[in-house]
Amino acid sequence: MSAETAKSSTESDISGLDYEETELKLGLPGSSRIAGSELERKRGFSETVDLKLGGSGGCNLDYLTAESSDTRSSAAVKLPANKAQVVGWPPVRSFRKNALKSCTYVKVAVDGAPYLRKVDLEMYGGYQQLLNALKEMFSCFTIRNSPNNNERRLVDPLNGTEYVPTYEDKDGDWMLVGDVPWKMFVASCKRLRLMKSSEAVNLAPRAAQIG
Amino acid sequence: MREERSERSEMSENGDGDEGKDVRWSPDPGGTAPPKCRAAAGSPGGAAVPPPPFSDQVLENVLENVLCFLTSRSDRNAASLVCKSWYRAEAQTRLELFIGNCYAVSPARAIDRFRRVQSLVLKGKPRFADFNLVPMGWGARLSPWLAAMAPAYPWLERICLKRIAVTDEDLSLLACSFHSFRDLSLICCDGFTTIGLAAVAGNCRHLRSLDLIENDVEDDEDEVVDWVSSFPPGKTCLESLIFDFVGCAVNFDALLALVARSPFLRRLRVNEHISSDRLYQLMTRAPQLTHLGTGAFSSSVEVGDFEESLESAFLSSKSLICLSGFRDLAPEYLHTIYPVCTNLTSLNFSYAQITAEQLKPVITRCHNLQTFWVLDSLGDEGLHMVAATCKKLRELRVFPVDATEDSEGFVSDVGLAAISEGCHELRSILYFCQRMTNAAVVAMSKNCQELLVFRLCIMGRHRPDRLTGEPMDEGFGAIVKNCRKLTRLAVSGLLTDRAFAYIGLYGKLVRTLSVAFAGDGDLSLRYVLEGCPKLQKLEIRDCPFGDAGLLSGINHYYNMRFLWMSSCKLSLSGCKDLARQLPRIVVEVIRDSSEDDNSDAVGKLYMYRSLVGPRNDAPPFVKIL
Repeated sequence: MSAETAKSSTESDISGLDYEETELKLGLPGSSRIAGSELERKRGFSETVDLKLGGSGGCNLDYLTAESSDTRSSAAVKLPANKAQVVGWPPVRSFRKNALKSCTYVKVAVDGAPYLRKVDLEMYGGYQQLLNALKEMFSCFTIRNSPNNNERRLVDPLNGTEYVPTYEDKDGDWMLVGDVPWKMFVASCKRLRLMKSSEAVNLAPRAAQIG
Repeated sequence: MREERSERSEMSENGDGDEGKDVRWSPDPGGTAPPKCRAAAGSPGGAAVPPPPFSDQVLENVLENVLCFLTSRSDRNAASLVCKSWYRAEAQTRLELFIGNCYAVSPARAIDRFRRVQSLVLKGKPRFADFNLVPMGWGARLSPWLAAMAPAYPWLERICLKRIAVTDEDLSLLACSFHSFRDLSLICCDGFTTIGLAAVAGNCRHLRSLDLIENDVEDDEDEVVDWVSSFPPGKTCLESLIFDFVGCAVNFDALLALVARSPFLRRLRVNEHISSDRLYQLMTRAPQLTHLGTGAFSSSVEVGDFEESLESAFLSSKSLICLSGFRDLAPEYLHTIYPVCTNLTSLNFSYAQITAEQLKPVITRCHNLQTFWVLDSLGDEGLHMVAATCKKLRELRVFPVDATEDSEGFVSDVGLAAISEGCHELRSILYFCQRMTNAAVVAMSKNCQELLVFRLCIMGRHRPDRLTGEPMDEGFGAIVKNCRKLTRLAVSGLLTDRAFAYIGLYGKLVRTLSVAFAGDGDLSLRYVLEGCPKLQKLEIRDCPFGDAGLLSGINHYYNMRFLWMSSCKLSLSGCKDLARQLPRIVVEVIRDSSEDDNSDAVGKLYMYRSLVGPRNDAPPFVKIL
């Protein structure tokens, strides 16, 4: 598995963003479908915006590169391909990481939780990874894709409440996450809020027509 | 002794204060213990003369007066085992209650045994929660403890919480329930906001310390409360005010006024929103400070010659021994701290990306430094400087500027070797790097025989010795073999079963062991579980250890506080088997949301001994076997 990943990661350097996106489905069951749908959405913008996911999503490519270097040491464990291998390593507390970086950290609020978290948007190569991270952070939401459009929702399986990720942009407007190309989002996002979807009805996605 | 206590509680990142030392606070000599409720022989007040007490009773009274002087937790535990009489006497006289795992005992049981507690230390979530390995909502709430203690310990004075979920309601209840409340210390806690802080500030009339250390306090910007203004007017008893990581800005004028009317203030650590032009104003009103957290240590204010004022403020701070902050360091202001360097015992630059060049004039003046936290931006060169000057260094922590696996890493085996050659008094080291050699680690094991804590984090997983290409087994082996006093160890790099064989063979005093991405198989785990009699806390992630390894520790788990294993090779059936065999161990399996419910593989295992069985507040993603 690691050898395969290593090979693909070098290929993806050449071929561009598509391979990287599909490669990054690190073991999530059924995630290929999700990654695929994101791919379709991204293509819609690729003419207007140059999405260098390989370059900017530094961390993700790094994780791939790290995988490839593992093949050297045969004593290396065949690591289970789940998120735990990248979460929390190296073991530096998030408040310390927060303290060192500045601009790309945004606060994340969840309707119903009284306190906030911070995420570093630069850590993620795209919306899928961001959603995965949010999912990890706020107990066990699962990600549900709306069948009709690009929206993604987080669902709390305990009570079935759906949350829609929204963000406040530089103009102070609240938008649905996923509307704009990733880099544009990173540049303009001031803070995130996981809003109960019942309350998010008036946030019309800008690009609702793109299917 | 008060300094000692605060040193430990401030620079507490990942450091358990109870390593080898059980006292969190020194007892007040002469005691502020409440009057005894039991009538002693010959006490006035009863009309009828009580019958002469049994000699047992007298003995117990005498014993209590003697046991008052026992402060160490382990001594007290030992005393309580002598006989029932001693057990009772000890329970009556224990003033500080230390609970290392909030789920190991219930509040009711604790309160039932210890009736006169004045201070509480309570720890909650497992340490790997700091690295996002424990989903939110896992537990460790203060509420049930508070609800039980409010009526039972009305004279409670001190609370210290680590990795506990604390709400604003909790803080309000706390503030109103304990009328002599003095010291609140929250370390790595979450769930509260400035509302809770305001409640504490406003209602605890005898507040002596409010230490908020490395907590996640992030209010919604629209809802920040001006908690500093909540302190009552007039002179305060404040000795320690630490809020360096409270996310929102505070009302500066209120803070200034507060400092001005707090003549006993010795420790002040402000957050990043306080810039240098404001810092000096605080300092001039508190020249008696011993511990200072400097906030941003830069300024966007162009006008005003506050640099001179800052200089003179440091010149007047003759008592400063501990400096931290520097959250947005402007190197051109560094010279202002020169006057205090000689007296510094503790310096924390771990938020400042300072180079060796910039550090040089500071560090070469710090001859008395015992604790130094820094970023790896200082490089091996900077470490050489530290080694050359800081001969009394006891604790060193080198954090990475870029905490990712493929970062460049600016320090290496060269820096580690240099430190070992210069700092023979080293007790504790935490070192993040990308390149390491066995030789350097061996050198440290030989030069620093006083080491109690050795935590080496080679950030790239499975990295071997950079010169020989061999696993890092020999290096860590030398550490456990040569550092006879070692109690805490964290390993990394490419490690085979051999490393664990060494740990099991030589690590006879090791209490805490952290393992990640290491070992060949179950044998590693077996070596450790069978070889380390003092092992209390074992945290493992991403290692090829399975059920056989897990079960090999059956004879040991009752002696341990907890075991954490995530992303290993455990199965549900194996864990169930263990749970069956050890009824007094609570075995929690924490499910990742992405995991298949029907799968037999266990993602995260957290197990701990408990007197009260499975907890009743487990969230749905926790399965207790």
